[in-house]
Amino acid sequence: MDNILEVKDLKINFGTFAGDVQAVRGVSFNLRKGETLAIVGETGSGKSVTTKAIMGLLDSNAKIASGSIMFAGEDLLKANAHEMAAINGNNIAEIIQDPMTSLDPTMTIGKQVSEPLRIHKSMSKEKAIARTKEVLALVGIQNAEARMKDYPHQFSGGQRQRIVIAMALVNYPKILIADEPTTALDVTIQAQILDLMTELQQKIDTSIIFITHDLGVVAGMADRVAVMYAGKIIEVGTVDEIFYDPKHPYTWGLINSMPTLDTKAKRLYAIPGTPPDLLDPPKGDAFAPRNEYALKIDTEMAPPFFPITATHSAATWLLHPDAPQVTPPPEIVRRQEVYQEMVDKGLDQPNNPEVKLNTPATD
Amino acid sequence: MAARKKILQIKNLKQYFNIGKPDEVKAVDDVSFDIYEGETFGLVGESGSGKTTVGRSVIHLYNPTAGEILFNDRDIRKLKSTKEQLQFRREMQMIFQDPYASLNPRMKVKDIIAEGIDIHHLAKSSADRDAQVAHLLEVVGLNADHSTRYPYEFSGGQRQRIGIARALAVQPKFIIADEPISALDVSIQAQVVNLLQDLQEQHNLTYLFIAHDLSMVKYISDRIGVIHYGRLMEIATSDEIYANPLHPYTESLLSAVPVPDPQYERNRKPIPYDAAAHEGDDKKRQLVEIVPGHFVRASEDELPAYREKAEQYRAQLS
Repeated sequence: MDNILEVKDLKINFGTFAGDVQAVRGVSFNLRKGETLAIVGETGSGKSVTTKAIMGLLDSNAKIASGSIMFAGEDLLKANAHEMAAINGNNIAEIIQDPMTSLDPTMTIGKQVSEPLRIHKSMSKEKAIARTKEVLALVGIQNAEARMKDYPHQFSGGQRQRIVIAMALVNYPKILIADEPTTALDVTIQAQILDLMTELQQKIDTSIIFITHDLGVVAGMADRVAVMYAGKIIEVGTVDEIFYDPKHPYTWGLINSMPTLDTKAKRLYAIPGTPPDLLDPPKGDAFAPRNEYALKIDTEMAPPFFPITATHSAATWLLHPDAPQVTPPPEIVRRQEVYQEMVDKGLDQPNNPEVKLNTPATD
Repeated sequence: MAARKKILQIKNLKQYFNIGKPDEVKAVDDVSFDIYEGETFGLVGESGSGKTTVGRSVIHLYNPTAGEILFNDRDIRKLKSTKEQLQFRREMQMIFQDPYASLNPRMKVKDIIAEGIDIHHLAKSSADRDAQVAHLLEVVGLNADHSTRYPYEFSGGQRQRIGIARALAVQPKFIIADEPISALDVSIQAQVVNLLQDLQEQHNLTYLFIAHDLSMVKYISDRIGVIHYGRLMEIATSDEIYANPLHPYTESLLSAVPVPDPQYERNRKPIPYDAAAHEGDDKKRQLVEIVPGHFVRASEDELPAYREKAEQYRAQLS
């Protein structure tokens, strides 16, 4: 499959009074045509900063220290504001997190949704209205023609989120960035919106970068998953590889700390401590101070990516041939057994059978 | 079970807003349930279901439109004297959803935590006050040195711990936790939930845990009430409600929960819920006990179907 977006060795610092915060510390990944890549990680792990860099929407105190973001043969980091404006909302669009604040309360829905068409495609008013009506119907707004004359406050939260999605989709973008698109919504509405996104993705063949910290949503939406911690991707793989056979202790901790409806344990597993201060990131593996499986080398040297399969790699010294064998937490062992059974039955990875090698660059 | 003491009894609670105006809202409409001492009662529902309103009515931030709220067998609306009201406020505390909005940014942590101690005159001297604050910080897993800092110096999870310490400062018996973890990161959520459970064990606390995250509610609660449009749909133990849901709304809610398991997600079939089909007619509906401890909102003629459904669940087990 073709890569539609290639991010290489992206490093972003934020200038503050206390010094430079190293928010993104060497991130590399590819996005393929038509796939959904989920980026998961805690607040401050750099996932939103990475996508903001793709959109060219970084705050003014951000400094891009290195890297490139290649889209259609062009480095987005070198594009000027004028060029970015032509790309944003046209080829790359974002679904914004909070549907309550991301719509203009003084503008009708029809006008807001058709704005990208008028700007990017210089469409005539009649054509733009027709397309807007079509897209609003697509996202499930009933009676779209009449409701285009309504204002945001006349819609419920779930409907507003649908409108925000319609706005992002109206130009049939090649890349859709969805930053926590359903966090503000109830589970029943969330399920509808996620189904809708999958359906639309198939219809217009968009690639999606999906940012969330809800692993349940990731399991349902993603073809591939990248796990970020302290400004770096620490593990990447297909959704099955990450959920059934994770290799990085941080991924273990994340999966283990979420109760499912089946969790019976007396206590939840909690990753101890808090993420490191990125003003002065630790020398070795940033996760080492919170990692009960940490090796001595973790405090001295950041681990490179070790490939596990053609699609799966993780940055942990535990994968080094000389590393001691460790037993992951029981929940992870259980998942590995489930996975083995699935592989035996040939049930794994139905989403993306032909996914190919994507080993991120090491540093 | 029968011998357990009911610490809170809510009887036919109604909480309406804008009464008599065109935009009248029946936020809570005839809700009744009990909470036993030492248990965690989870209240789940979507936004706008009235779950937060129930919590606010219970702690008497609102004056109920109708109905009774008995705390330790006393109607909280009939607490007349200042002394009685102070006593009530001391025994019932609240932990809020947003750890950024619920701490006064201009107050030091020790003054935030000690506000209740001061109001209730629980400290003998200022040294005693400091010692209590230091102890509380330790209990919630923070450093005693943090007491002179301001809220902005803390992360979300740490702030939520400060909010918990503030609630604990007056040695309450009953804590209302309104979405206490939904603003926190996954890895921090588990820390706070474990802390809440430890505290419950150590201090014999009773929780009313309000949330929309079903898997976390299921995990932390002994019993769960499902609320929809201001009405309780179903009450049962958390294992029972998950394994044998009776009301179609509960089934729909459960079917929508995303599970961190790709194989499960691929085969998930959401069950839609049509409120009009189940509540559209004028029949009188109320909570009826179908099997011991398992209540479902139903009209007279719906009961046989629910009984049969419960029977089928039993049959599957044996």
